[in-house]
Amino acid sequence: MILGRNIKNIFLVIFMSLVLSACATQTKKVDGQMQGDVYTGTDTVKYLADGVPDRVFFATNESILTTASRETLRKQAAWLRKNSDVTVVLEGHADERGTREYNLALGERRANAAKDYLMTYGISSSRISVISYGKERPVDSGSNPLAWSKNRRSVTVKAN
Amino acid sequence: MNFKNILITIIFFIIPSKSFALIEVDITRGNLNPLPIAISSLASDNSSKTQLTKLLKIDDVGLEISKVIENNFRQSGLFNPLDKDSFLQKPDIAHLKPRFEDWSLIKAQALITGKVTYTEEKLRVEFRLWDVLAAKEMMALAFTTVPKNWRRVGHIISDKVYERLTGEKGYFDTRIIYVSEKGPKTQRIKKLAIMDQDGYNTKYLTLGNELVLTPRFNPTNQMVTYLSYFRNLPRVYLLDIETGIQEVVGDFPGMTFAPRFSPNGKKIIMSFAMDGNSDIYTMDLENRIVERITNHPSIDTSPSYSPDGKFITFNSDRSGYQQIYIMKSDGSNVKRISFGKGLYGTPVWSPRGDLIAFTKLHKGKFYIGVMRTDGKGERLLTENYYQEAPSWSPNGRVLIFYRETKTDSKGEGFSAKLWSIDLTGYNERLVETETDASDPSWSSLLSN
Repeated sequence: MILGRNIKNIFLVIFMSLVLSACATQTKKVDGQMQGDVYTGTDTVKYLADGVPDRVFFATNESILTTASRETLRKQAAWLRKNSDVTVVLEGHADERGTREYNLALGERRANAAKDYLMTYGISSSRISVISYGKERPVDSGSNPLAWSKNRRSVTVKAN
Repeated sequence: MNFKNILITIIFFIIPSKSFALIEVDITRGNLNPLPIAISSLASDNSSKTQLTKLLKIDDVGLEISKVIENNFRQSGLFNPLDKDSFLQKPDIAHLKPRFEDWSLIKAQALITGKVTYTEEKLRVEFRLWDVLAAKEMMALAFTTVPKNWRRVGHIISDKVYERLTGEKGYFDTRIIYVSEKGPKTQRIKKLAIMDQDGYNTKYLTLGNELVLTPRFNPTNQMVTYLSYFRNLPRVYLLDIETGIQEVVGDFPGMTFAPRFSPNGKKIIMSFAMDGNSDIYTMDLENRIVERITNHPSIDTSPSYSPDGKFITFNSDRSGYQQIYIMKSDGSNVKRISFGKGLYGTPVWSPRGDLIAFTKLHKGKFYIGVMRTDGKGERLLTENYYQEAPSWSPNGRVLIFYRETKTDSKGEGFSAKLWSIDLTGYNERLVETETDASDPSWSSLLSN
């Protein structure tokens, strides 16, 4: 029994170190432009107002909002609250590494993830419309992971 | 485009061919020994030739029709059309009675001869197919049509000969609808375009003012369904290519996409996206009744009916990643069928019913493949940087799809082209288009 428990502990230690080393490799990947495969740079970003970025980025095949994305969207929500006559279109996009039809659905899912977050910060759904462009409107025509990360995005565009 | 005036009448059948043919082409395997076939220029009398030349601005329409057939057969990969320069017998004499020893000397196993006449403002074309080794006529047919349909006559002859020699229907008298693309990758201008299966007679159906995607033929008539971003509202549309009239399909409060017709042409099946969720719906084109087929928080899209209309295949990410499923056409009995490594999408049911063609993404490469309808027997036909969206030829022997190139370090060098490949995995070919092209859909046979 005791031996058994010890073995379990050893496994636990090995497991922990694996987790830690995984984290280590994650941090190494940060090159100033990408974290994991989510774009963190500012090359393509435009601003709705001073300090209010217009877009958020996603991991491959994902529509989950990152910490940075949520921060951007909170800034957008604050700005929208201050400018209550503004309506917006959220344009959802995907990278070129997926089938066209699935990417249309994925773009729609991403734009809606951003919409839902804006709504939880008090923006009425009547002020937000959503459109997916799938992979039809990339901002970067490159065929590499950095270009793809810039293209996986939801962009908030003033509609009026 | 008016299809009513291009009806072609088969006026008589010269000899019912009951003779045992020696020649037979096996199309179930990759054909490494294509059948040597001689396609003689179709002969014409002087007065017909003069009048047709004046009318069509073509020197010798009989020769041109024979070239249409020659090109179809070469592209099929099953035949090896022999060089006309090696032919010893003149077209008009050969058509009456070939000197078979002359044709076997140049190693021809089959021979096509024919005659073109112009009477009462109609083009009359007759042809004969000969078995060179057996020294026998295998078939003889004649057609009359308006002269400007001369290319279609070439395609119909090709289909008749293909069917006689392979035992299966041909696919030459067909058309491809696709998306014509121009401009930089970040601002592509896309138009609907239609052309004959061999790349001729290209016509553009939209002007390029709005983004258009994924056109698909109705298998029973000249209707097309596609996705248009007209007024920035991505919706499924129905277009009659005879009249040019188009209409939105249904009244959905969000994006509809991925449309396809049911096999009887009476329903459209498509996805509808709402609040971040895409499900599959159908709309009956006669009574306009909309039915919801799937109801799941995942992305369900790219639906395609089985040829008997009883089942639907589609892709869904309900398992966490994009995979292929089948279900009954009412949405019950959903079953995942793709279990190989990688992501699977764009399933399309073969018109023969036994196979599903798909796109697969694995380790950064895209594949076009086929599997049986239970998901077993997966065969990958072609691998590339990016390719997707296979569409079946009406006889289920050939797939057409599109392929995109990787851009260079400056983001330049992008192109999109149509390609075709045999079900066997052999005979991969670029399908020539006037512009860059994507999202091809193959029509049914136009005649018969």
